[in-house]
Amino acid sequence: MSGYAAAGSMTAGKSASGADGRKRPEEKAAGKDRIQAINRQTPAQKARAYLRSPMSLFLLTLVFLSALVTVSVLVFLIIYILAKGVPYLTPDLFAWEYNSDNVSLMPAVVNTVSMTVLSLLIAVPLGIFAAVYLVEYARRGNKLVALVRITSETLTGIPSIVYGLFGFLLFAVTLGWGYSMLGGVLTLSIMILPTIMRTTEEALKSVPDSYREGSFGLGAGRLRTVFTIVLPSAVPGILAGIILGVGRIVGETAALMYTAGTVAGIPGSVMGSARTLSVHMYVLTSEGLHINQAYATAVVLLVIVALINGVSGFIAGKVARG
Amino acid sequence: MKKIEEILAEGVFLLSALMSIFAVAMICFFLFVNGIPAMAKIGLFDFLTGTQWRPNNNMYGILPMILGSIYVTAGAIVVGVPIGVLTAVFLSRFCPKGLYRIIKPAIDLLAGIPSVVYGFFGLVVIVPVMERLFGGGKSIATASLLLGIMILPTIIGVAESAINAVPESYYEGALALGASHERSVFFALLPAAGSGILAGVILGVGRAIGETMAVIMIAGNQPRMPKGLFEGVRTMTANIVMEMGYATDLHREALIATGVVLFVFILIINLSFSALKRRSAEI
Repeated sequence: MSGYAAAGSMTAGKSASGADGRKRPEEKAAGKDRIQAINRQTPAQKARAYLRSPMSLFLLTLVFLSALVTVSVLVFLIIYILAKGVPYLTPDLFAWEYNSDNVSLMPAVVNTVSMTVLSLLIAVPLGIFAAVYLVEYARRGNKLVALVRITSETLTGIPSIVYGLFGFLLFAVTLGWGYSMLGGVLTLSIMILPTIMRTTEEALKSVPDSYREGSFGLGAGRLRTVFTIVLPSAVPGILAGIILGVGRIVGETAALMYTAGTVAGIPGSVMGSARTLSVHMYVLTSEGLHINQAYATAVVLLVIVALINGVSGFIAGKVARG
Repeated sequence: MKKIEEILAEGVFLLSALMSIFAVAMICFFLFVNGIPAMAKIGLFDFLTGTQWRPNNNMYGILPMILGSIYVTAGAIVVGVPIGVLTAVFLSRFCPKGLYRIIKPAIDLLAGIPSVVYGFFGLVVIVPVMERLFGGGKSIATASLLLGIMILPTIIGVAESAINAVPESYYEGALALGASHERSVFFALLPAAGSGILAGVILGVGRAIGETMAVIMIAGNQPRMPKGLFEGVRTMTANIVMEMGYATDLHREALIATGVVLFVFILIINLSFSALKRRSAEI
């Protein structure tokens, strides 16, 4: 019985006329040439079906409770941090110069932006070119492609502290750079490379083959086809990948502590040590002297992440619509 | 006859594609070259099963940290997997379309929040609550709870697409046999999506075991054998971050060796994830 009931609830949204519709005589007359939903279910019937089947009711409750928990955790986290942090968003906190009184986050913001831009400058061309090779050049069943795919999957799964350790060993120790922005930037570039590669690959694959055939048919070479036909049509997908990478960079802490270091100012060159906003937030919290400012910094981070998510959602929507 | 720039371009593309292989090789090389000697000096057995971590006395046993990572991760799974999978079921089969357009971005946002912010939230909210309820503020339980929340979006994302990938006929067949909507979803769809959901869980394990900044703020970080659910614990990741700044010589090498152990854990997790994903793609 309960199966019949459930089927009714499924079609409920799709049927055009109401359940009580078929009681009216004029509807009955027209019913011959109109399809009528006869398995509709009133809320009371539904309730009775659930009472007969406690197991279903139990599962339904579990599912709704879990979804509620997930959403309320997020809502609580955001409201709590906003409520505690927004009052401390003072002009002092955005002063150009950092000192231990104002614990300004402005230098950290500048460092975050410059390190993001530099990392993208390295990782985006590499990621796009790699994806172009995998999709446009590599032949089917190429062993190399399989290896590239396995290694890029591996790179995705490596935790950021391992990247940090590697960057520390390579850039700070072996190359003798010490804590430097450049070391941090190069570490971040390796981290976001697989993300950009994978999203670009998906974007390139979704470009219809007829575009390429048309271009080849008009006499264009492979290179021209890639740059003037295939890549431009894949731009939204590539952008979505870049934004994912930006999100990862902005939230990164563990990989930067021992590569770019934790100096609070804006460095004179890329060889100087610099802290990003996330690292700044970690230092504030672990020092424990400026908890209110840490709340405010968390607010700024949340706003940035929300903006990044908004933009990526917008672009993803555009990709889906074509 | 190919033009010279065509050949040049193909070379550049090929080199870029080789970058990820090169990066993995470099990471392996630097970790192993710097970590293996320490393991040899301390003795692999003593290093992996020693229960004392006292760098000042030349005692480098990382068993407490290995167990710490495993306990915290297991706790995160206990908290995160049921809620994550059930939320995925909700999104896939119970959620009205209008609500979906609100909840899905919310879960994406949950995935995007930096781990420092999670750690901070844990420090100022969960730690005091746990302190009052169970007398153990910075503890395995607190870390498990927070990590369980942090891996939710990973598990939800993978599990949802696994459930969506099951052919509609499974669900319809169950309905036709008289099962209710809930029964059809839980006893026909979910088992069929099993290996995909398991892949999501493994991905969550990878995230939890590799998480550093959030754990370091709320786990207490005492380098001793874990004593109980409401006692402090130190994970492998925390061990590296806390002491790397001032460590020298063998101490530093021992920390890098800790990283090697973590890396091997992650490689095993990654391999099982890709194997499972391939299996669920075949079905």
